[in-house]
Parts: sequence; C-alpha cells; structure tokens
Amino acid sequence: MTTGKEIVLGAVAYDAKVVPIWEGFRAYFGARGLAFDYVLYSNYERQVEAHLRKEIDVAWNSPLAWIESDRAAPGRARAIAMRDTDCDLTSVVIARPGITSLEDLRGKRIGVGAGDSPQATLIPLLAFAEAGLEPGRDIEVVRHDVLVGKHGDHVGGERDAVKALVAGTVDAACVIDGNRLAFTREGILPASHAVIFQTPPYDHCNFTVLGDAPIGKFQELLLAMSYTDPQVRPLLDMEGLKAWRPGRTSGYAQLERAVDRFKTIDAWLARVR
Amino acid sequence: MPQVVDLGDLALDEGAHLLIKRALAVHEQIEVRGTAPTLGVDLPAWCRARGLRINIAFLPGVYILHRGPGRWDKAERAGSADAPSAHAEARWGLAARGALVEAGAPTLDLPLADRSAVWADEAARLYAQASAAQWDPATAIPWDAPVTHPPEVEDAIVQVMTYLIENETAALLVPARFLARLHPHFREVMQLLAIQAADEARHIEVFTRRARLRRTELGLSTAGGQASLATLFDEPDFAIASFLLSVLGEGSFLSLLWFLHEHAPDACTREVARLAAQDEARHVAFGLAHLARHVDEDPTLRERLAASIERRHSALAHTAGLNEEVFDALILLAAGSWEPAALRRGHAAVVELQKDMDEGRRSRLSRLGFDAAQAAALSQLHTRNFM
Repeated sequence: MTTGKEIVLGAVAYDAKVVPIWEGFRAYFGARGLAFDYVLYSNYERQVEAHLRKEIDVAWNSPLAWIESDRAAPGRARAIAMRDTDCDLTSVVIARPGITSLEDLRGKRIGVGAGDSPQATLIPLLAFAEAGLEPGRDIEVVRHDVLVGKHGDHVGGERDAVKALVAGTVDAACVIDGNRLAFTREGILPASHAVIFQTPPYDHCNFTVLGDAPIGKFQELLLAMSYTDPQVRPLLDMEGLKAWRPGRTSGYAQLERAVDRFKTIDAWLARVR
Repeated sequence: MPQVVDLGDLALDEGAHLLIKRALAVHEQIEVRGTAPTLGVDLPAWCRARGLRINIAFLPGVYILHRGPGRWDKAERAGSADAPSAHAEARWGLAARGALVEAGAPTLDLPLADRSAVWADEAARLYAQASAAQWDPATAIPWDAPVTHPPEVEDAIVQVMTYLIENETAALLVPARFLARLHPHFREVMQLLAIQAADEARHIEVFTRRARLRRTELGLSTAGGQASLATLFDEPDFAIASFLLSVLGEGSFLSLLWFLHEHAPDACTREVARLAAQDEARHVAFGLAHLARHVDEDPTLRERLAASIERRHSALAHTAGLNEEVFDALILLAAGSWEPAALRRGHAAVVELQKDMDEGRRSRLSRLGFDAAQAAALSQLHTRNFM
C-alpha cells in the first residue's frame, strides 16, 4: 500500500534487466527528494488489476494494458508520459519471395508473435481483416507465444515468426518495423524476403495513472531526465529511449479497433468489472 | 538547404547508416535520399531508436533528419596523445591516452596517477629497447656447452642460481604490484613495467634451467634472505620501492651478474648471466631516470629515500644478511677448484665484487643528488642480501 507521499510504480518483469532499470529510477528519484518504489508483476493483467485496486500509483503499461485500464476505469485513466521511442511505430508484413501483396496471402499461413502482442499480432491482423482477409477464415494465423501476458514485450515471438518464415513453415511474418532491420543484421532474415505491407503509425507504452493520483513531481522529474546527463544516460539506454515525452492517447486507435474486432479483452473485462 | 546524403540503392541493412552518421557528425540537419525498397521502413525505425527527428519530404525516397541528443556532449579528452598530463583523472579509466571519453564511464582505483611520481622521459626509449632486445632462452643460451668443473663447483652454481631465482621473483612481483595500481594514462611506463616483469620471468626460467642442468634439487633459501625481500614486498610507496629495488637492489645485482659472467666456469652460466645483466641494466636505468625527475620536482623525496634505507637497515638488523652458503658458493664458483691458490683468487674476487657493488651504489646515489659522504653512508646501510 502507498503511504505518505511515496509514489509506487508497477512494471512487468518481461526481462531480468527490469530490476536494474527500476532500481536506477528509484535512486534517481530518491536523490531528488521523491520517495519512490516499484512492484514487479509477471503479467500486465495482474498489474492493471492491482492498479484498479489502488495498490500502485502509476503503471508502466503496454498499449494493450493502457486500453484495459481505460476500459476498466472509463474516464479515469490518463497517460502522463511515454518514451520518444513509443511514438509513431509501424508494423510490417514480410513475405516469402513471390508474394507481393496482402491479397496474395489469402489462404496462406501468417506467422505472428505472442497472442497478446499489439505490434506483432493484433495490429497486423487488424490490417489483414480490414483488407478483407479475416484471420482464421481467409488466412491461417500461426502464433509464436513467447511469454504470454507480457504483451509481446519480449522480442522472442517475433524472432520465432521470422525463423518460421525463413524455414518455409509460414508464408509471411509480422514484426515491428525496427526488428526487420535488427533481424537482417542478426543474419536470420535474408534480403529476398520483402516487406509487402506497412501499417499506419501507432504508439506503444505509457505511464498510466487513474483519477487524480499525486504524480506531479514524478512526472516533472521524469520529463527533466536528459540524455546528456551521464548519470541518467545508462537508465535511458536500458529502457530504450533518448527522452520522455508527455503522454498522448491519439496513437492507440488501431489497437482499439483490433481489440474490439477480435474481442481480445472481453473476458478479462467481464471479470474485473 | 540541408546537406544532401544520397544513399543510391544502398539499404540500411547494407551499411547505409555509415553515410548518414558521417553526415550527421558534421551537420545538424541533413536530407537523405535513397532508392532501396526497405528504406521507408528502416530509416524511421533507425532514427527513432537513436532519438533522431525525421520528417518525410513530399518527394518519395527523401527524408529530412535532425541530429539527436548527444552521447558525446560532455565527453572529454583523456589528455593528449603526445605527452602525459600532470595528473591522470580516474574517470578516464582504461581509455587510450588522448581518446575522447564519454562522460559516465566507471572510475577505476588507480592511485599512481601523478606524472611527477611515475614518469620518466626515457620510458618510451627504454621500452622500445627492451622490446628489441628480447631473447629466446631456447636458442640464446648454449645449454649443451661442456661442463668440466668439479661436482662441488657445480653445487655452488646451483646455490647461486637458487638465490638468483628467489631474488628475481621479488623483482618480478614488486613492480607487477605497482603496475596494477598505475594509471594507464602513463602508457610508456606501464609498458616498461610489463616488459620488465617479462624479463624477470625469463630470468627465472633460465636460472631454473641452469640450476637443474646437472642436478635434480635446488639449493638453500634462508629466512634472512627472504626477510630482506619481504621489506621490498611490503613497501607501499612507488618511489621508495623503485629506489630500494631498482636503484640499489638491481644495481647491486648488475655487479653480481657481471661477476658471474666473468668468473663462472662454464659457458652456459656465463651466457645466462650476461643476458640477464643486459636486461637488468634497463631496469636500473628506468628507476634512476624517474627518480631523478621525481627528486627534481620534489626535493623532500631525497630525505624520504634516505630514511627508507635506514628504516630497512633497522628492520633487517636482526637477520643474518647474505647467507653464508651464497657467499661461500660465490668464492668456490670463482675459484673453480679446491686448490688453495684458486680459493685465494676466488675470495679476492668476491671481496672485489662487494667493493664494486658499493661503488655502483654510491655512483647511482650521487646521480640522485646525494653528496659523496651521504652516498657512502647510505651504501653501507644497504642490505647485505644485495637485493
């Protein structure tokens, strides 16, 4: 339980590096007079539920967890900050040679990431659906469920989808834009496999608060972190950003439509409401 | 108009990022053009990961990039590549001298960080000389040279070699301990201490091999001899340790090695001694060079050096000094036989050796600015163990 003015943050432990990241933030905030602690969860649903019970003040949420919070607490969820690298991402569909459009994939096998990954599953499958290729009916979806509950934060699902594409067990793979370059550099994705589709831009994680949680100082100190500060830079490098930006929610429209269309969180919502 | 970077059909997964980075190093804003099919996917993602702002121009395949927050904004040069700084900062860490060091690198505990305490202009030249003068024990020593001297003279050689190995072990470990505390900014000194340790390792090898040429067991190691070396080992001050080890100890050893070169009865021992003496001369030269410089910059050092000899003398007063076995072995080695006339010659040679050591010490002390009377008195207080 939060006590006094201490700010308690919730984060999902998708990787061992999550511990040094938030320990580093704790030291950063502590040195600037803000009592700060964090709690780690094994999956986003557990974190959002704890947030709804007010066990944490702020949650470091995936885009899907943001929508879960927003729908479970209508009108109360606010996105207060996000990474520069959370803004304007795209996902791409990479296909085996000979395939040049989504339509060419009708009746084919599509490799995606974890079932709850916005970037490698939900948003790309929405694109297929909106192009008239309904998943499960017009295309066969092959999921690569690595660390379900972590909303695709772990890159393993996308890597497995690309490996399946190269091995010929699927006809196309869906990955986040930056991972195309990363997988090419790792040598697991040959240039012969072209990008045949790119989604419109969307946004990724944010710090979510519910109601009027007292997070003014937290937000102020967060936005003041400078990449040119050598004490702060290692934390930003680990968390994968150069600067924090004020939160915005305009970049979640595609995921909202995907969640509605695929009823991704309906059962969960029914349980927590 | 921003600087234009034309990538042609080179993709980001084919090395195009080098052209972009090169341009951004000079220009705040650049225009990137390219025809690679994946450029539209890769370039925005690549920029996002690096905090670079990107605008997509109205023309296809044209992007405007703005430089992002700088990792190198607060970086500083680790001094100059040409010459060492007066003080090496701990935050420079292991960076090459003159490298641009990113702020926030870990600081290392490297207490020997002042030029006045460690530096000698001769270090680079002595290191180059040492590198060029490395010799291969397998081929440089006539291991098969005939041994015709009596068995007891061979025993004397084994005793002397046993003593040399023990002393050279100290001569390896003492500088090596300082090497690990020396700021690598003083690169030439670091290299010189490293090659000095390699020299001593080789000496230990050849002395051991010579000792075991005709014998399976080695000679004696005395408590007094080890006590003398322990005082070197325990000395925490670099200047004082260099003074006691290099200037006085190895200086005395130079005389001893040349003595062995001159008097040993077999070619193998003579050559082992000659090659080791050449290396030791460099060690003495460096010790003298950096201490002469140090004394110039800090005149109080001379008093501390003198006090260190006196302190060591007191600490060793209760010990026997040079073990009698080594002393006698040197006489027999120089005599080459049990003939009384030969023993007289051998004894006279060892007396002469000690005189020679004393003269060498006095000469080196005077180079550090001690007057003749001080030098004579201090030389007399030097350990009877030679090292």
